[in-house]
Order: sequence, then C-alpha cells, then structure tokens
Amino acid sequence: MKIGVPKEIHIDEKRVATTPDVTEKLIKLGFEVIVESGAGAGANFSDSLYEAAGASIGKNAKSTWAVSDLVLKVRPPEQNLELNKHEIDLMPNGCLLISFLWPAQNESMLKRLAQHNATALSMDSIPRISRAQKLDALSSMANIGGYRAVIEASSYFGRFFSGQITAAGKVDPAKVMVIGAGVAGLAAIGTAKSLGAIVRAFDTRPEVKDQIQSMDAEFLELEFEEDGSGEGGYAKVMSKEFIDAEMALFAEQAKEVDIIITTALIPGKPAPKLITKEMVDSMRDGSVIVDLAAEQGGNCELTVAGKVVKKHGVYIVGYTDLPSRLATQSSQLYATNIYNLIEEMCPAKDGNIEIDMENTVVRGATVVNSGEITWPPPPIAVSAARKPSFGGQAVSVEPEPVKPVTPPSAVTKVAKSAWIPMIIGASALFGLGLVAPPSFMAHFTVFVLSCFIGYMVIWNVSPSLHTPLMSITNAISSIIILGAVTQLSSDNPIIMYLSAFAIFITSINIIGGFSVTQRMLQMFKG
Amino acid sequence: MPESLITVSYLGAAALFILALGGLKDNVSARRGNLYGIIGMTIAILITVIAFVSKNHNLLIVVMIAGGVIGFVLSLRVKMTQMPELVAILHSLVGLAAVLIGYANFMDPGVELVGVEKTIHQIEIFIGVCIGALTFTGSVIAYGKLSAIISGRPLMLPARHWLNLALFIGVIVVGTRFVGAESHTDALLMLIVMTAIAMVFGVHMVAAIGGADMPVVISMLNSYSGWAAAATGFMLSNDLLIVTGALVGSSGAILSYIMCRAMNRNFISVIAGGFGTSGSSSAGAAEGYEGEVQTIDIAETAHLLNNASEVMVVPGYGMAMAQAQHAVSEIAKILKAKGVNVRFGIHPVAGRMPGHMNVLLAEAHVPYDIVFEMDEVNDDFPSIDVSLIIGANDTVNPSAQDDEDSPIAGMPVLEVWNSETTIVLKRGMAAGYAGVDNPLFVKENTRMLFGDAKESLDLLIKAI
Repeated sequence: MKIGVPKEIHIDEKRVATTPDVTEKLIKLGFEVIVESGAGAGANFSDSLYEAAGASIGKNAKSTWAVSDLVLKVRPPEQNLELNKHEIDLMPNGCLLISFLWPAQNESMLKRLAQHNATALSMDSIPRISRAQKLDALSSMANIGGYRAVIEASSYFGRFFSGQITAAGKVDPAKVMVIGAGVAGLAAIGTAKSLGAIVRAFDTRPEVKDQIQSMDAEFLELEFEEDGSGEGGYAKVMSKEFIDAEMALFAEQAKEVDIIITTALIPGKPAPKLITKEMVDSMRDGSVIVDLAAEQGGNCELTVAGKVVKKHGVYIVGYTDLPSRLATQSSQLYATNIYNLIEEMCPAKDGNIEIDMENTVVRGATVVNSGEITWPPPPIAVSAARKPSFGGQAVSVEPEPVKPVTPPSAVTKVAKSAWIPMIIGASALFGLGLVAPPSFMAHFTVFVLSCFIGYMVIWNVSPSLHTPLMSITNAISSIIILGAVTQLSSDNPIIMYLSAFAIFITSINIIGGFSVTQRMLQMFKG
Repeated sequence: MPESLITVSYLGAAALFILALGGLKDNVSARRGNLYGIIGMTIAILITVIAFVSKNHNLLIVVMIAGGVIGFVLSLRVKMTQMPELVAILHSLVGLAAVLIGYANFMDPGVELVGVEKTIHQIEIFIGVCIGALTFTGSVIAYGKLSAIISGRPLMLPARHWLNLALFIGVIVVGTRFVGAESHTDALLMLIVMTAIAMVFGVHMVAAIGGADMPVVISMLNSYSGWAAAATGFMLSNDLLIVTGALVGSSGAILSYIMCRAMNRNFISVIAGGFGTSGSSSAGAAEGYEGEVQTIDIAETAHLLNNASEVMVVPGYGMAMAQAQHAVSEIAKILKAKGVNVRFGIHPVAGRMPGHMNVLLAEAHVPYDIVFEMDEVNDDFPSIDVSLIIGANDTVNPSAQDDEDSPIAGMPVLEVWNSETTIVLKRGMAAGYAGVDNPLFVKENTRMLFGDAKESLDLLIKAI
C-alpha cells in the first residue's frame, strides 16, 4: 500500500503526520511512503530528510492525495482554499484515512467520508486501555500542551520562576496554580516544578491527589464530599454547591498566585468557566493565565481563542495550537502513535492494512468503514474492581481468572501453632529436672547460658558480614576436632582410624574456614 | 597436666570464640575477630594434644597437615559466587565428623558409666550422631542443588509429610532400643540403623525444599552443625564444645529466622517442603500480565544514567550468575566520578545465602559505604532518578505487596517502581526462581534492557 502524507493546510498548523524516523519504520513494515513537498517544513523536517529515509516527494497536494491508498493527517480534512476543493474530494475512492477527526463534533464530515466510500480511523477515538497506551495521541499531545503552556507562561511572566538569593537581593519564586491534573495538567506541574516554581494543583477527582503530591506539588483540597470522577477517567459535571465551593477556592488562590494554568475539559460539552472577570481583576499586574481549554470556549471568561490578550494587567494566553508550537516534538510523538496503530493493523508486515473489527483498539478507532459510519463503537466492559484513572494509568479490560482456593494442609497447620513447641519444651525440661544427674545439669547450665550469649552476639552482626559469619562459625564448630584428638591414642585400631579421619576432615574445615573468612574480610577493607 | 589448666585453656578459647563472633559487628573489628578465633582454636587444639595424645603423633601430624592443605587451597581457589556451595560442603564435614566421633566414643567411652548416667550418655551419643548424620547428608544435597548437579525444583513425593513423620518415629523407636540395648553388638546395630534413617531423613528434608529457599536451608544446616557439636560436647563432657556448639547453633538459627522473615515464610512451612504458602505447587495463580513491556537500548540507558543525580542499583543472583559484578562496580565508579550518587540496595535473600551479594560486591571493590540493606533505602525510592535492576526478580516484584494470592505475597520487597525510571537487565522474559510473573516489567516507568547482564554492562561502560 502507498501511504500519503500531505502538508497540513489548517491555519498555523506546523505539525506533520510522519517524520523521517517513522518513515523508515513504515517502509520496513512493507509500505511505500510519499510525502508532499514541504509537509515537514514547519516541524523542521526537510524534503531531503524524508527522501534519505526512503520516501518519495509529492509535487503538490493534489498529486499526493491522488496516489495514496492510506492518507495520514493531523487535522481533520477541510476545505482547501487554494484548490477550492474539500480535502475529502481529493481522496481516491476507497481510500483509508488516519487523522484526528473529532467525530462527535464533525457529523457532516463523517457523512461525507461515508459517501466517498472511505475508511477512516480517528486518533482521538482510541480506547483508553493499557495496551493501547502507545497509540494514545491525545495523551502525547496533551503532555506537550502542558509543557508548552508553562514555557509560554514563562515568556510572558516578568519574573523568575525559581527563587534565588543574590547579592542584589532576594528573588521570590513564582507561585503557579494548575487546574485539572490530567495528562496536560501533570505535564504542566512537572515543567513548572523543574523551573523551580511553587506549584499547587486542583482537580475534582480525589484519586489524583497522590499523583500530584508525588510530583512535590500541593494538592488544593475542598472541604467537600463529592467525587468528580466520571466515566472513562474523565471528570463529570459537578453539583452547584461543589462548583460554588470550587469558585471560592479559585478566587482565594487568584489573589495569591502569579500564574494559573487551566486544563479543565468535559467531553462533549463546552469547557466550564472557572476563572471569572473578578478573579482576573484581583490578580497582580503582570500575572499570566494560560487557558488550555480555549478551543472549547475557555476556562476563563476573558479568554480570546488563538490570541494573547492583556486584561486588568493580566496576560491571558488563549493559544489553541500549543502542540503545533512544539511541532518537531509533537510530530515525532504523533507519528509514532500512528505508526503503532498501523503496526497493529498490519500483523503480516506486508504493507497491507487489515481492519479487524474484533480488535478492540481498531474497532474503537474506526469511525467509517468502507462507506459505512461505524461511530460510536459499542462500550467496552470495564472490570468493576479496578478504578479507572485519567492520564497514564489506563483501564484494564481483560476479565480476571477465577482463582482456586486450597486450604492449608493439616500437618503444617498444627506444626505452625506456637503452642506445640512450647509444650514439648516445657515437658522435656520437666522430665529432665526429674531424672538428670548433677554432672549433666552442670553442662546443661553452660549450654543454656551459651545459647543466650549466642543470641545476643549474633544479632549485632552486620548483615553485610553474614557470609563471613557463616564461614567463621563453620570453622569454630570444627572444635569438634577435640573429640577426635582425645580418641586418637586408643588401642582399638578402628577407633584410631575413625578419629584420624575425623581429624582430617575437621582440619579441612578449620584451616579452610578461617582462611576463606580472612579472604572475604580483606575484600571488605575497601 | 593438671585438669584445671585444661579447663582454663578451654575457657580462654571459648572467650576468644565469643569475641571472634562479636567482632563481626563491623568491618573494622571483624578482621581482629577472625584472629581471635584462630588463636582460640590453636590454644584449644594444642592443649588437647598435649594432654591427651600419648601415641600416634605422626598420624596426627600427617592428617592435620593433609586436611589443612586441602582446606587452605580450597579457600584460595573458590570463587565468591561459589561461596554457598563451599559453605554447604564444609557443613557436611562437620556433620560427618560428629557421626564418626560419636561412633568412636560409643565404642570406647573412656569411663564406665552406669545407671542414669549411662542412659544419658547413650542419649547424648544418639542425638549427636543423629544430628550429625542428617547434617551430613542434608548438606551434601544442598551442595548438589546449589551447584546445579541436582535440580533446584523441590522433590515433592506424595505423602511426604507422612514419610517424614515415619522417619522421625523410626528414629525415636530405634533410639529407644539403642539406649535400652543389652549387649554392645545390639546397641551398635541400632546405632547403625539409626544413622541410616537419619541420613535418609536429611536427604529427603533438603530435597523437598525448593531452590528458592536455599538461603534458609544453608542457615538451617549451619545451625544444625552447631547443635551437633554441642551434642558431642555433652557426650564428651567437654564444655568448650558445648559453648561453641551453642554459639554456632544460635547463629544459624537467627540467620534462618532472618531469611524466613525476609521471604515472609514460616520456618516450619519452609522445612515442610515445597514452595508456596499452602504447599500448593501452582505458581500461576497470581494475576497475569496486562500490558506490554517497553524496551530500551544501551544508548538511551547511558543517557538516562548520565543525566541522573540519584541512582540505585539492585543486584540479584542473576548478576552473580552472569559474573557481572566487576562490570557493575566499574559503572558505579564512573558514575560516581561524574557526580552521580550511586547506591546499592541489597535484599536480605538476594543471592543463595545470607550476605552473599555483599561479598560479591566487596570482591568487585564496590566501597561498602554505598552498599545498603533493603530497610535502609526502601523509603528513598521516590527520590531516585534511575533504578538499575540486575538479575533480581522476585525481590523487586510488586505482586508481593499488591496481590494476596501470589506465592510471594507479604514478602518484603525493594520498591523500585517508585523511582522515576526503572531499568531491568534481563536475558529474556523467563520467570524468576519463584516462577511468578512480575508486573514490574509492564509498569509505565519500567524499561527492559534485554541481553546477558555482563555484556550489556560492558557495552554500557563504553557508552556512558
């Protein structure tokens, strides 16, 4: 099959759906790759790099689309103003398309694709399960968005992020508040922390508290019982009381913090308004708000999508193309996500795509199949035991096997009970006390006391020296040689030879034991 | 020679032995301790020879020198990775010696004993020979398992608990007849039968214990060799043997306890054989893998290590098997020179015997002040940038904490997954000694560096 990668025509879109590295991998899978001339320019990938990786270069959009069996894109197909044609019309009949498609918001486009007898897979509809993490483009783009948000904030912010004590005085660290601790939020927290800022974060889902704290940021808690976790790890719309409490928290924080980064989104609905005009007004002059929800209406009332505006002395960054601003990085990650999807559909590595509707991942991603709209896909059964969480940890889908329970065997159960040895010990001692002669008792006393000495001395041994301990105890237990030495002068030849042999083997132990102990202890000298 | 002089010499030797063991509390005093032990042993043997050996001096000298030379040569040539095997074989010699001395003493007790004293003496012989015999054969089997001559898998005979019980009862019965025997020949016969039964018991007991439990087994046999010496001491009315035997016995017992606690296994269940909390041999009941492993290559690993500020190396027996300890030491040295804080985290049962990893690292000249026990560093993982897992598997398995049904549930483990990135060096995806899947490998922040540990590390040395 021939894979075609056209230049993105959406305004200011600098990303490209494949990179020279990934092109090489696609060719290894058996595909041919054609890249429109200049497609990678915005991401700093020149045509020659693609050619060196084995791709051919398409002269223009029309010719590139026309020869492709599978087209890879970043943005959904739209009207090409230059050619005065919709990109879908540039597709050959029966062509495949993989791109971000946002099927929920683009029903008419789906219909158009269906009419064109196309097969389309949407990178934003990949199911959120463990094994599909490497295909998850939403997460990889959100990660970049969170990072870039902090970089943009720092470029508009007039001070350092990290605190310093300099000869010219003390520099206070910046205080950053991140709203929403999903992939983007966590990336923003991490980036802000690594720049040295003091970071606080808020999220309606209590389970992200650990994640936030593990990044050394403060989790802002509401004194509220409501759990904001909704379906599929996303947040849900909260009750009015909760929202009021939330807004009060933000208002209080707005007076204190220098930078606010908001990432709050609800699937299928406009972004919730969390930062009001009054809150912006209450912020110090020179503060910065970066609104990652700008494209969905914005979390701040004063956000202007696609622009940076200054209101009440505060910079409000409403860029909707943050991943595109880091085009080299995001193209690389996005291209890898797409590659992983293609690899999933090309098990034979022969350059052919198989749409296997039994495959959960492929089924979820396929929105149009050979002219038939297949979106939305059937819901995936989620095992009740596991709580789904957003960003990173994905939901497990495979059912858990039934584990057989075997009761412990009777013998081990009896033996494990501590009473048995104690009773046996006590009876033995008692019996001993009744019958034993004094000579024996003298030795027995020595024995018992030695056990106590042994117990106390051995617990003090450093664990790193346990092996030399074993070799030295082995050597000194060969004191048993004395027993053989005393018998050596016996008149009975059998006894003499038994003793001689015993002396022989214990000598091995004595010399060997002390010597190997010495050897090991030398090594610990360091 | 006055009796009291002998007693005083034995007392001095006993004191020196206690000081020898006490000296092992740290590296500095340890070498002095070894010296004390040697002096104590020398005094005891010299005095005994002077006092008791009236003839056959030549024979004595010959066998002592022969044994000494063999022991010395062995000690110099043994590889540190073979220490468990050496210790096992040496234990067997102590056990055998106890048996031989028991027989010798039985044949000629030196003094005629009657009545209760005679009975007690017979019992002492009986116990000494019994423990000696099972230590002997048990240690030989342990040696076999450790040097892979015998399979590490536990020998699970059907009704093995009943077999053990039968052997135990058999020993008691024969022992009773031995003690109550009328004629010398009868008693000798009983002694021989009892020795045989004890030997079979020793073989069966150790054969039934899985290779994964070897640290416990070796500690246990170490303990038994001490009790055998103590029993011989009772038999010979020799307090030095009793004291020494008690010291060694308690030492082994404490080590066994430490090992069992480190594996979260009950000692009885280890001895009862097999691997598994309820004696079940299924290791696959734990949750299987969900997710796929992500691999990493040498260049990326080197990159991560170079940019880290805190690195924790977690070695396991696999490192010893691959003879990779010198390469690890080299890497630690290079990284430390670059300002990376490299530490080693040792799990108590890493390796095949207590303290094994420490010895291997010491041999590779890893400074002992960067080698830590699990308890000392387990809380530090969240601040570690890179955890490097070399040849360790069960000791870093999160199932021990998360999965109640896992065969290793409850075992304390090194929480390496809390570090920023975990890199696991492994030959392939085969299961570890416990035969349990390890969810560590599919965690999001874990990367697998496949290949032989030594080769990978050698390449890594060049790359960083």
